[in-house]
Amino acid sequence: MKSSRYIVVVGCGRLGSHLANCLSRDGNSVVVIDRVETTLNDLSPDFSGFRINGDATHMAVLKEAKLKNADVLIATTHEDNVNLMVAQVAKKIFHVPHVLARVFDPKREEVYAQLGIDTICPTSVAADMFLKAVTNGGKRQNGAAS
Amino acid sequence: MKVIIVGGGKTLFFLCRNFTAKGYQVVIINRDKDECVQLSRQLSAMVVCGDGSDAGILKEAGAMGADAILAITPNDQDNLVICQLASLKFDVPRAIALANDPDNTEIFEKLGVSAFSTTQIVGSLIEQRASLEQILNLLPVGEGRVNVTEIVLGSDSPVVGKMLKDIDLPENALIAVVIRDNQPMVPRGGNDLQTGDRVVLITLPENHGPVLKALTGEQR
Repeated sequence: MKSSRYIVVVGCGRLGSHLANCLSRDGNSVVVIDRVETTLNDLSPDFSGFRINGDATHMAVLKEAKLKNADVLIATTHEDNVNLMVAQVAKKIFHVPHVLARVFDPKREEVYAQLGIDTICPTSVAADMFLKAVTNGGKRQNGAAS
Repeated sequence: MKVIIVGGGKTLFFLCRNFTAKGYQVVIINRDKDECVQLSRQLSAMVVCGDGSDAGILKEAGAMGADAILAITPNDQDNLVICQLASLKFDVPRAIALANDPDNTEIFEKLGVSAFSTTQIVGSLIEQRASLEQILNLLPVGEGRVNVTEIVLGSDSPVVGKMLKDIDLPENALIAVVIRDNQPMVPRGGNDLQTGDRVVLITLPENHGPVLKALTGEQR
């Protein structure tokens, strides 16, 4: 089943543009916001959503993106603090039901979990995967023998 | 009192000089290495070089025992996160953020961080001074819901020679202090007002104009 939700993606870098392309292809209405106009060109040609060139920490830009109608907001800029601010504004002021923020610093992630902001920390995720690969690597050799 | 200030530029420099002169213990957090070197040479404050929204840097600056933190960087998102980290992770009792964008003052307050906007403060100061030259000072308090204003009574003021109880002031306004010959006093109904008196007023933004008009007689 294809879902159709209104999704706002903040930041159109490698992660943001990839997410926006995938979500748009799956049939969602997607709005992408980025401060730099040229990065919006990284979206694939079949991206059917809207592009907004502006600073997402300004209320006017978020209003332009009709954030109060959004089902999901994903904050993916390369600045943790921008993501955290936008996520909190989306949750507490625009009452967006589902808010996700990328946060690189694991220490910051802890604090925002307390505030009810869902965060994804690429640093911890990558660290976990590396650790698993290292331990599994050891096991795999054992497993291969059996 | 121990205060941590995160930011840079002239505002930080003079604020810090002011605080240290009052005997406060000040710690500065600044990202720029060269500015840190300059600041530590010019001020008697501890300077920590780094990102103030990094918990490690806040810890290094002694956030654990700080009485207040002031985030005055040019980026609102940084100021917000600095204050939230300081209060949530380090229990700093007072965290105050500068909202560069005046719209963010309200947002920060909603997110639980006390905020101020210099644009709003300076803006209202300029407006008041431009419209009435008797106004010496205007200070918004309580997030701008209350104004404290200092004015000088000219000889043409309609309240000169009157007793306080005979002055018809709008609701929710108070003549808090009268300074006469450099002698401040808290007036009562039986005190009168004279030319040259400096009057400290408490008003609300809603009745500010009418109160000033009642005291100075000027339009607007």
